[in-house]
Amino acid sequence: MGEKSKEKDEAFNHLLTMILEAISKGIIELHDVEIEAEELEIKLQPIMKSVLKPILEKKVVELSKITFEEPKISFPGKIVEVKIGATKAEGGSRNKVITLGGHTMPPYYYLAGYEAPNPPVFSGDVFDMRISLPRAVRQVFGDVLDNPVEWARIWVDKFGAEAINIHLVSTDPSIKDTKPSESAKLVEELLQQIKVPIVVGGSGHPVKDVEVFKKVSDIAEGERIVLNSLNLDMKLEDICTHIAKKDIVVIDFSPMDLDKAREINRKVYDWIPKNRILLDLNIGGIGYGTEYGFTAMERARLAALLGDEELQHPFNVGASNAWGAREAWVVMDPYWGPREIRGPLWETLTCIICLLAGADYFMTLHPTTVKTLKEMREYLSSKGKRIFEEAADWVSLKIPVV
Amino acid sequence: MPWKPPNPIEIYNLLPRTNCGKCGEVNCMAFAVKVSNFEVSLEECSPLFEEKYLGNYQKIKALVSPPVKEVILKTPKRSVKIGGKYVVYRHELRYMNPTAIAIDVDDSMNEETIIKRLRFAEDFTYDYVGRQLKLDLIAIRSTSNNPKQYMKTVQIVVENSSLPIILCSYNPEIIEAGLSILTQEYKPLIYAATKDNWREMAELAKNFNAALAVSGQGNIDTLVSIVKTLTEDLGIVDVALDPGCPKDVSGLFHMIKAFTQLRYKAINEGYKYSSYPLIGTPISVWSYPEQDLTQKVWWETIIAAILITRYADLIIMHSTEGWSLLPLVIWRFQLYTDPRKPVAVEPGIRAIGNPDENSPVFVTSNYALTYSIVSNDIQKSGINAWLIVIDTEGLAVDVSVAAKKFVGEKIVELIKKNNFEEKVKHKILIIPGKASRISGDLEEISGWKVLVGPMDSSEIAAFIKKMWTPEKIREIMES
Repeated sequence: MGEKSKEKDEAFNHLLTMILEAISKGIIELHDVEIEAEELEIKLQPIMKSVLKPILEKKVVELSKITFEEPKISFPGKIVEVKIGATKAEGGSRNKVITLGGHTMPPYYYLAGYEAPNPPVFSGDVFDMRISLPRAVRQVFGDVLDNPVEWARIWVDKFGAEAINIHLVSTDPSIKDTKPSESAKLVEELLQQIKVPIVVGGSGHPVKDVEVFKKVSDIAEGERIVLNSLNLDMKLEDICTHIAKKDIVVIDFSPMDLDKAREINRKVYDWIPKNRILLDLNIGGIGYGTEYGFTAMERARLAALLGDEELQHPFNVGASNAWGAREAWVVMDPYWGPREIRGPLWETLTCIICLLAGADYFMTLHPTTVKTLKEMREYLSSKGKRIFEEAADWVSLKIPVV
Repeated sequence: MPWKPPNPIEIYNLLPRTNCGKCGEVNCMAFAVKVSNFEVSLEECSPLFEEKYLGNYQKIKALVSPPVKEVILKTPKRSVKIGGKYVVYRHELRYMNPTAIAIDVDDSMNEETIIKRLRFAEDFTYDYVGRQLKLDLIAIRSTSNNPKQYMKTVQIVVENSSLPIILCSYNPEIIEAGLSILTQEYKPLIYAATKDNWREMAELAKNFNAALAVSGQGNIDTLVSIVKTLTEDLGIVDVALDPGCPKDVSGLFHMIKAFTQLRYKAINEGYKYSSYPLIGTPISVWSYPEQDLTQKVWWETIIAAILITRYADLIIMHSTEGWSLLPLVIWRFQLYTDPRKPVAVEPGIRAIGNPDENSPVFVTSNYALTYSIVSNDIQKSGINAWLIVIDTEGLAVDVSVAAKKFVGEKIVELIKKNNFEEKVKHKILIIPGKASRISGDLEEISGWKVLVGPMDSSEIAAFIKKMWTPEKIREIMES
């Protein structure tokens, strides 16, 4: 009996091997097997469970072939298109007109094949007096920091700024109390010398700004300049009636507050058409409240696309606020790297965060920011210069250790 | 069907409704509201674990479970959660589980280099508003493609680091070698199953109970196809998806589009094949042949910042430059705060050191960061001072001035409430340089003299030395 049973066991083992082979080759039929069906059943059952099942399972599974269908969605609202700067043909002397906004979808979601009609714009800040600026900025611009026109020229000619923001900080009564007529003269000179669109900022003093803006708008007529900015503390009627008939764009400023943004927009609509208004919800540099501005913009843009007509404006961001973050300008332990790189990086990343929240017009202090963001912009659209086809293979790559 | 926040009534009806208070809340309704807001964990309700409630527990669990699965990676000492997301937009609720950041080591590095990088990842800390910002994981790559060498590297990592681990190779033999070093107390992430190795990788993940990353190597159809196969046909539960990162900026469009649409569909359309954590690999920039090292780190940082902002739940970095990681960990912290709760400290009047009736009185905002910097700077300068912290709703000084939240009324209110006029002899308030605009108003409504302080609190020491002398004080008081 022992002998026979041993033989049988061998036969079974042989059979098992054959089955395994057959299954793994995808052949299910068994040939030349001289074993009775009963025996096969009895002997194989327990083995089938423990050994064969997983192999069978594995063989059955093939890689599914499905396609990822892009989300299809549309929004009822549209962001207005705002044009800044006027060319000769339009009665100005700018070398180009910048169009902002026009979106009908959330920014960079690329839903339903959507791409923004108007790309973001990157501009350079200049000031009408020496203010305390971070070292990284002083190093780049050097002596021209005393001369806003030359500063602007370098911004445009050398560093590719697409527009210039002149901040008339010296007009503040508690700083130099510069006369509006004097500031207007500076803006006039800037308009003569520099040919990109110009944004004119006040000092933040609600009474004085109105006086300054009036004078500036008188001399800049036809150039479609932007006034930066109107807020609820100003006598809006005063400034708005003055510029209502002039082709001047305004930035409505409402720091991180959508209700107040709607309120100021409603008021300004009385005199100024929607397509001459940009909205600024404010932004703090990384570490300094960035998330508030980021979320305010995301909320406002989404609400606008869902049909909130009082928020359908392109966004301005003062990304140069990034320099308010200490990490952007203080000397830190060498572990954290030199401030000359931290500063521009801080401003660049602050811009990127705003970009993803939907910002359209960016005010910056450092040329590296403008250079980086302009390079990125090339690739944010499917129509960009180069399109990557495959993800990089970093897994087995030899990488230098710094 | 888009994800909907759980209804507190629905949760309440499934709770024991005994108001036993074991969870620390006054009653079951209060607990239900907190559970629906994700402010407390359901597991705080201990009676729910009694057998008769087990069905209800499962039901509530389903109500509060996120549309993007949460995957937990762990070592004997630590764990990190990735994914577990509920919303596309932060303002719709808040983002859960901050993007985990991994630093790589590889098996061609010598032991000294590996240990140095492990120490770096383990020790990296930045103090920010009283929190310690840190790194989370170690990614172990194989450049040798030699199982023995890889084992040696994994061994070094296990011996020298407590951080959770990602085993990175497309070769299943390498992964198997790596896994052989780990005990069952580890739950690593295997990177990655591809269209070529998914069978073997799935088996390894299943046998070891590891989480499995899936890479479509840049192809989104391949990605979701593998996910479907692994999760539906092979029963793999803990999966994470790598939509693919470019080696340079030219792939931005594809990267942002893939991450955004995968997450968008998971949450807004309940699409199951992307309802898993997303993995980003800024390390990819190192495969770009040109550029100097600083440029590579620069772009790696930019891609990381985009990924953190756009839905990556885990990123793998090569750079260990402080300037690169610093803005990333801060931004990550900010993005993952609860938008319904500002990062604020209690308003009030604080004593710094041992101030007396002649000590200077500073005013600042209650934004946690501002408060911690200002109080720190006063402390460091060795001055005994009073610090009036006003309620700016968690906004920084410049922003709150612009938003009319840094106003004289709030300062006067705190002075009155604390009978502060009796505590100092002088009547001088030192306000931040960035709030200089309110000085006129403040003098008028408070009757105190206002001294505009420095623009940055790092200059407080110098400022006090110059301005806080008996003569100056008299001069100001008499002006």
